[in-house]
Amino acid sequence: MLKGKVHKYGANVDTDVIIPARYLNIYDPAELAKHCMEDIDQDFLKRVEPGDIIMATTNFGCGSSREHAPLAIKAAGISCVIAKSFARIFFRNAINIGLPLLESEEAVDKTDSGDILEVDLARGQIKNLTKNLTFTASPYPDFMTGIISAGGLIEYTKQRLASRRV
Amino acid sequence: MNLAEKIIAAHTDKKEVSPGEFVNVRVDLILANDITAPIAIREFRRIGVSKVFDPKRVVMVLDHFVPNKDIATAEISKMMREFCAEQGALFFEVGKAGIEHALLPEEGLVLPGELVIGGDSHTCTYGALGAFSTGVGSTDLAAAMATGDIWMKVPPTIKFIYHGNLGKWIGGKDLILYTIGDIGVDGALYSAMEFSGEAIDALSMDGRFTMANMAIEAGAKAGLFRVDNKTQLYIKSRARRPYHVYEPDRDAEYAKVIEYDVSGMEPQVALPHLPSNTKTVSEVGGIEIDQAVIGSCTNGRLEDLRVAAQILKGRKVHPRVRCIVIPGTQQIYLDALSEGLIEIFIKAGAVVSTPTCGPCCGGHMGVLAEGERCISTTNRNFIGRMGSPKSEVYLSNPAVAAASAIAGSIISPAEIN
Repeated sequence: MLKGKVHKYGANVDTDVIIPARYLNIYDPAELAKHCMEDIDQDFLKRVEPGDIIMATTNFGCGSSREHAPLAIKAAGISCVIAKSFARIFFRNAINIGLPLLESEEAVDKTDSGDILEVDLARGQIKNLTKNLTFTASPYPDFMTGIISAGGLIEYTKQRLASRRV
Repeated sequence: MNLAEKIIAAHTDKKEVSPGEFVNVRVDLILANDITAPIAIREFRRIGVSKVFDPKRVVMVLDHFVPNKDIATAEISKMMREFCAEQGALFFEVGKAGIEHALLPEEGLVLPGELVIGGDSHTCTYGALGAFSTGVGSTDLAAAMATGDIWMKVPPTIKFIYHGNLGKWIGGKDLILYTIGDIGVDGALYSAMEFSGEAIDALSMDGRFTMANMAIEAGAKAGLFRVDNKTQLYIKSRARRPYHVYEPDRDAEYAKVIEYDVSGMEPQVALPHLPSNTKTVSEVGGIEIDQAVIGSCTNGRLEDLRVAAQILKGRKVHPRVRCIVIPGTQQIYLDALSEGLIEIFIKAGAVVSTPTCGPCCGGHMGVLAEGERCISTTNRNFIGRMGSPKSEVYLSNPAVAAASAIAGSIISPAEIN
């Protein structure tokens, strides 16, 4: 069960603002986290606490394929990202590195910045504790659940390769 | 099946695939650059296999921060150099390379009908060759380097038909900016785009690369063109392995068909801070600029430089403007040199850089200060994309960028005397 305060943004939050390219000479997640969101929300790092949740409307993570973006978000302490929709490369990257993403239009429409949410990933349930509302996220396809339950793509690949050798 | 489905199916053990289906596809080529490779290499090591699945199908290109701009990027280049030497993978060194998406087609490393993944969102560029190519992140690269395949959700395809004739100064950049302006930056999210129509038939290979390149700016997974005589001519001297040309079936299904009449189209400009924020150049007219960039994986090919030179010849870049020209590859640089284009640029007061992604992503070689404005032939104008989060980027074709460099403000090439 995840629990945290919401930091809410609008549409088309791109990977250049999540982690600007001037920091792409770094690939250590903890170092990247120090610059997470700084071009659209300078106080993000001051406000964020471990377990907090990023929320946005549509097409979150559009733009470049830099995995530095979900890595920076995860290392900044964010427990999951909830949006109406995600850009596809960001979606893959987040699933692959074990940053949970949830899609729910209703949750986004009815939640404000600062609200406290409780998220049950296994059931896809989002509870807004501040407003006493409950939402259901779109379920992951079975195929993707395999990657998530393995703990990310690297672990999943290790298991695939091991089973090939048997 | 449509073109995307045909190519994907050919890379699985299935005869047919349909949108929404999850499949494992065999990859013909895996590309990494100096942004995505370091994490890919680190994650590859974690998998615990010692060798990549096929070293001839793994290619690494130094292009974003080269010649290296600082110690950190020099360390990244060194790591990639050592990894490729250890694995026997293809490696493109400074001086023998260029911007990945201009370079790989030029080298014949991507061919029609192939399935390519790249750790760079603009990997969709190779759709111009009738290949299914798509951008992924570093962990996907690592897994594919170990296994030779990748999971994929078969995308629905949106077919775009461009009717009419292309006017003077109109190129692939205008068609794709117009399209993104129409459907939005998530108008083709998770989908493949298939481009067709008589205006596409008339478009050069360089123009098609530009269009396919920016499919990602509409959220697409791939942007595909059918193979025709122009493609065959381009491939003929470059292909060093057999390839297969796929054609969409006559009864192929599309999620949507969108038609445009492009006759009389004006050059398009995307205003800050989204590629979909498009207007015609005359609607934008008069906005003062500090910098003009002509280059990138979108518009750094020979045809782009020819267009820019045609406008800059015998003229001077406005005293207030820095004009930066970046040939996409060493070969394009050489061709531009022998055609006299480089001399035209330098005499006009432009600076000519070695091939690099450089300023496009605010890396180096033309980063913007607070309050500065740039017209650029690149692909993104997000907040802070080329430097300060308080700078602005306007996207256009090379003709508009060159004309604006002379005028000092955004202007149609038709207005240059």
